[in-house]
Amino acid sequence: MTGKTVVAYSEDRELGLQILSKGREISDKLGAKLNALVLGEKIIDPKEYITHGADRVLIVEDPALGSFAVETYRGVVLDALKDVDLEVLLIGATKRGKELAARVAAALDTGCMTECIEIDVDEEGRLLGERLTYGGSVISSQVSTRKPHIATIPPRTFKKAEPSPREGEISVLDVDIQDRRMKVVESREKARGDAGLAEAPIVVSAGRGFKDEADLKLLEELAETLGAKVGCSRPIAADLGWMEEWIGISGYKISPKLYIACGISGTIQHAAGIRDAQIIVSVNNQEGANIHEISDYSIVGDIYTVIPALTKALKERMK
Amino acid sequence: MTKIIVLLKDIVDLNEIKIDPSTRQPRTEGLKRRISDVDKRALEAAIRLKEKNDGEIAALSMGSDKTRTAMLEALAIGADSLYIVNDSGLAGVDALVTSKVLKAAVEKIGGYDLILCGEMTLDSLSAQVGPRLAELLGLPQVTYVKQMDLEDGKLRAVRDLEDVDEVVEVELPAVVSVVREINEARIPSLMSIMRAKKKPTEEWDASALGLSAEEMRAGSSIEVVKLEAPLVERKRIVIEAETVEEAAAKLADAIISEGVMEA
Ligand SMILES: Cc1cc2nc3c(=O)[nH]c(=O)nc-3n(C[C@H](O)[C@H](O)[C@H](O)COP(=O)(O)OP(=O)(O)OC[C@H]3O[C@@H](n4cnc5c(N)ncnc54)[C@H](O)[C@@H]3O)c2cc1C
Repeated sequence: MTGKTVVAYSEDRELGLQILSKGREISDKLGAKLNALVLGEKIIDPKEYITHGADRVLIVEDPALGSFAVETYRGVVLDALKDVDLEVLLIGATKRGKELAARVAAALDTGCMTECIEIDVDEEGRLLGERLTYGGSVISSQVSTRKPHIATIPPRTFKKAEPSPREGEISVLDVDIQDRRMKVVESREKARGDAGLAEAPIVVSAGRGFKDEADLKLLEELAETLGAKVGCSRPIAADLGWMEEWIGISGYKISPKLYIACGISGTIQHAAGIRDAQIIVSVNNQEGANIHEISDYSIVGDIYTVIPALTKALKERMK
Repeated sequence: MTKIIVLLKDIVDLNEIKIDPSTRQPRTEGLKRRISDVDKRALEAAIRLKEKNDGEIAALSMGSDKTRTAMLEALAIGADSLYIVNDSGLAGVDALVTSKVLKAAVEKIGGYDLILCGEMTLDSLSAQVGPRLAELLGLPQVTYVKQMDLEDGKLRAVRDLEDVDEVVEVELPAVVSVVREINEARIPSLMSIMRAKKKPTEEWDASALGLSAEEMRAGSSIEVVKLEAPLVERKRIVIEAETVEEAAAKLADAIISEGVMEA
């Protein structure tokens, strides 16, 4: 048995490093060692995890880990951690990470706090988490009462640490790889442009009020005038495929200085993604639309006439 | 014949929740409860499989005294039978306990080929019950499904992940969770609502499942300490004007005066 241990894992390397920085804080409070768990076919530069805060890197390398399959990965995680005095397990809340965490938690007969936006430990060493509930409108503060404590952490919640010249141990583990029953027939790469929504100071955004993909050029002209990035509601991306990323509880949570919502109804799920915007502006032709309730300025009107007029008015004033 | 169990949860209409202005706590008492949106789409997916392949759909919900009314919609849309776990001793338990109770209920229903559920419920957003149930039952799980079909006792599905659409195949039985994009759930007709009332419904408490509510409850691991809606003040100024040009001009002035356009 090792001493008290906090383990961080994500199949997304960048997210894994982000979690390590918070994991470091938690480990120091608990007097625990911080381990980075790294699984894959071939692990490159494991020292990076140490320079970003880990005391030890636990590596499992196997061709079967080349692509993520939850059944295989759950077995590997459980096996890799069986001799570890596990206090806290932090997993990156990608879709894959969330299903892995829930399954591992079930196997360990313990709780799991999904998508924590803040975590801490109390005097008794219990894990505290804050997460969004009620569609994203309410922050739920929770405590995990039993170890091992498990939480998942969404991308971009914590900043990764500046690398520092730290010493640490690298252990390559030999674990049993179990077979998976779900077979992957095909993996279709998705177009994934980073639209730069996360950092953009101004975001203009399209909802189902747009009738046709070609009409988005109205919004692009507004964006160009403002030097803004273009985002959208989930249906525009997920149902229609007009864009790749969307804004909201299940997409990007953004905090621009200015957000302009065009033809967006402002459901709870969308609202949860723009709560931290400094100023929200909306254009929606329906008087009772919720987006008006959560806006600083709104026009009850048709996006097809209001957006070009707004673009023109802004251009005149910015000359 | 394929037997499908669909897991459904009744939740309050999230848009109806009022926030207490002094405590910032959500007030949900007295609100009407309905089936969580993604769960309903899981049911719709089950109905479409049944229409193509023949089968039987059992709806299963762990809930309260209000669940039966909410679940009438499931029977109206197309579930053949309804099982409700209703035990006040289990109110407020975490996903860990919920999945144990559902495991017991699923085993009592028995004979299933497929367990379908939503990716997450819209109130809790915890996305754990599907994978946990798969683990407890020792079954493969196919999560985030946006398209699926049955072929020779095999499920073929498209999983919606961040970077890829993954086409997968799995032998049944399996646990499958679906995403919002899989379909639009049908709206029940008046006739089907009438018929729903005649469909078989069973209600179980913990002991009917061979469980002790007290023990189950004690096994709960996550406790909610506080619920609080963050306070965000918005100006809520609706710009009024005679013409679109005038409204746009006023809005442009407002945006500029906010100083949000300086780099
Ligand atoms: C688990 C889950 C997670 C979700 N996560 C997200 C998320 O992260 N982000 C998200 O956005 N959604 C999310 N959703 C979906 C969400 O519930 C809504 O379906 C979605 O936000 C609605 O998008 P919308 O406002 O573009 O469309 P609608 O709700 O259809 O609204 C369109 C609006 O446009 C207005 N309109 C129509 N024509 C015009 C016109 N000519 N001029 C002006 N206005 C017009 C209408 O009045 C209406 O208000 C999620 C759903 C689920 C189930």
